[in-house]
Amino acid sequence: MGFYLRQRTIQSAISLLGLIVLVFFLARLTGNPADLFLPADTPQAIRDEYAARHGFDQPVIVQFGAYLMDLLRLDFGESLRDGTPALDYVLAAFPTTLLLSFWAMTISLTIAIVTGSVAAWHPGGVFDRIASLISLTGASIPNFWIAIVGVLVFSVWMRVLPTSGTGTPWHWILPVAVLFIRPCGVLVQVVRSSMLAAFASPYVKTARARGVRERAVIFVHALRNAMLPIITVAGDQAAGMINGAVIAETIFGFPGIGKLLIDAIMFRDFAVIQAAVMITAIAIFILNIGIDLLYSMLDPRVRHG
Amino acid sequence: MSDMTQTAPLRPESAVAESFMMLWRDKFAFVSALFLLLVTAAALFGPALLPDGAMTMNLRGRNAPPFEWERGWVYLLGADNLGRAVLARLVIASRYTLMIAVSAVLISLVAGTVLGLLAGYCRGRVETVIVRGADILMSFPSLLLALIVLFVLSPSVSNVVIVLAISRLAVYLRTCRAEVMEIRERQFVTAARALGASHARMIFIHILPNVIPTLMTLATLEFSAVMLSESSLSFLGLGVQAPAVTWGLMVAEGRGYLASAWWLSFWPGVAISLTAISANLLANWVRTATDPAQRWRLEWRAK
Repeated sequence: MGFYLRQRTIQSAISLLGLIVLVFFLARLTGNPADLFLPADTPQAIRDEYAARHGFDQPVIVQFGAYLMDLLRLDFGESLRDGTPALDYVLAAFPTTLLLSFWAMTISLTIAIVTGSVAAWHPGGVFDRIASLISLTGASIPNFWIAIVGVLVFSVWMRVLPTSGTGTPWHWILPVAVLFIRPCGVLVQVVRSSMLAAFASPYVKTARARGVRERAVIFVHALRNAMLPIITVAGDQAAGMINGAVIAETIFGFPGIGKLLIDAIMFRDFAVIQAAVMITAIAIFILNIGIDLLYSMLDPRVRHG
Repeated sequence: MSDMTQTAPLRPESAVAESFMMLWRDKFAFVSALFLLLVTAAALFGPALLPDGAMTMNLRGRNAPPFEWERGWVYLLGADNLGRAVLARLVIASRYTLMIAVSAVLISLVAGTVLGLLAGYCRGRVETVIVRGADILMSFPSLLLALIVLFVLSPSVSNVVIVLAISRLAVYLRTCRAEVMEIRERQFVTAARALGASHARMIFIHILPNVIPTLMTLATLEFSAVMLSESSLSFLGLGVQAPAVTWGLMVAEGRGYLASAWWLSFWPGVAISLTAISANLLANWVRTATDPAQRWRLEWRAK
């Protein structure tokens, strides 16, 4: 296991380095920040001073080297807007997104496991057909549109839910709803197909022959064995939550990573963009390693090492 | 449907008819195919069929509500803040929406297949470099990657296509490589190699035809994913820019008028959803139809 973890960490570090290079050079391609942040009539001397203070006068490769050295000291640079360390911004926004994703993921996994299992129990039956159509619809509807229709129905017409902010639990309902629908639709389909495979297997037949209650057959015998593909897809969906979070947080004014990133992009705030991307990537790597470990816990045949 | 003709080699003249019968068996897929045909037709010929004046500003028809017949059929879905008919705008936008999604899917399909063939066939250092690159692409959510790249390149139709193509490329690459690695160990490939077949012959005659059905299924599935990504980007303001228009951009434009004119954001979202649902239903059908173990469901059920 130790060998596996080390191997996996090295792989992740290589990917992360690739990402750092990509984001750094892409961000630098957008033009000279001195021109962007200073008023158009700024004298050249002040421009030069500004560039020198932020290191923009150096060759790009030197800037990159300095940036890497800073990163090793966990220094992500400072926001160009107000000089606050970029990491502070990101760490302040991170818990909101994490909590949002956690609720969305928990709800969609719960719904998907129950619905998918029941659908697979009688494949081709009425419930299965309805569940298939609804889940496919859920996986196909754009989440920004769900958000807008949600605002229209619950905020504009019924006036029961707030449209932005994080103050009360009521504020969380629409964003969580926007985030959970698409992963839930995808997961129902995965749960259904892997439960179908599990129901066809010999151990389920044996359990039924032994007279195990049907509910126990579904949720203990079949589900445990169907869990592996479900976890893989759930992991992908959890990593993809950030995509949905960008949309949901922008629409509902939620102070999370997604909104931070969009704002930083609009302001061309390099340090914040880089820090947000990096922290998200690290979170996703940790998630993936966790999923691999969960895998080997659920299925002793999958041993890493 | 080149994959269909391959599975029915005995009666090639009836392959089209057979595909149609299989489509007819699955009513959801049939309706989806009809709807996608309708959308394609609207994108190709629709703009020419629109009555004069549907796209010009018309201040008296500002924010006209939907379902009022007296203004004419193009105003059936209402009009926007400049008095342009929503239905007419939907037709114009379908052109960009479909064109972007189809070209992005085609580019990533071709590029991903070529790289996947290279990686699976050549092995060694070439493979390592390609697979590592794909890992980096896959290790990060595609929408975020696209956001950052589009912020650097100015958002334009061609840049959106390129970004979407690159962000989805790794999916084809991985699938293609896995298939190639499996197929190249099969006996007919080993036999061809023993007979002294050239690399080009091995790849194009023996390996590629066996990989194509899987990749085609994947491409139909990817179509709706790419279309949804494009709408998200356009909605966030980093995709297609006015005067070009896509459904996602229309939703964004209508957002400011949500309280007074809900139909501006509502209808384009319906268009995106219905198209994506149809594409997914059709992709499910393609998957069943091209899978020899599943095909009987479509061939025998109604007989």
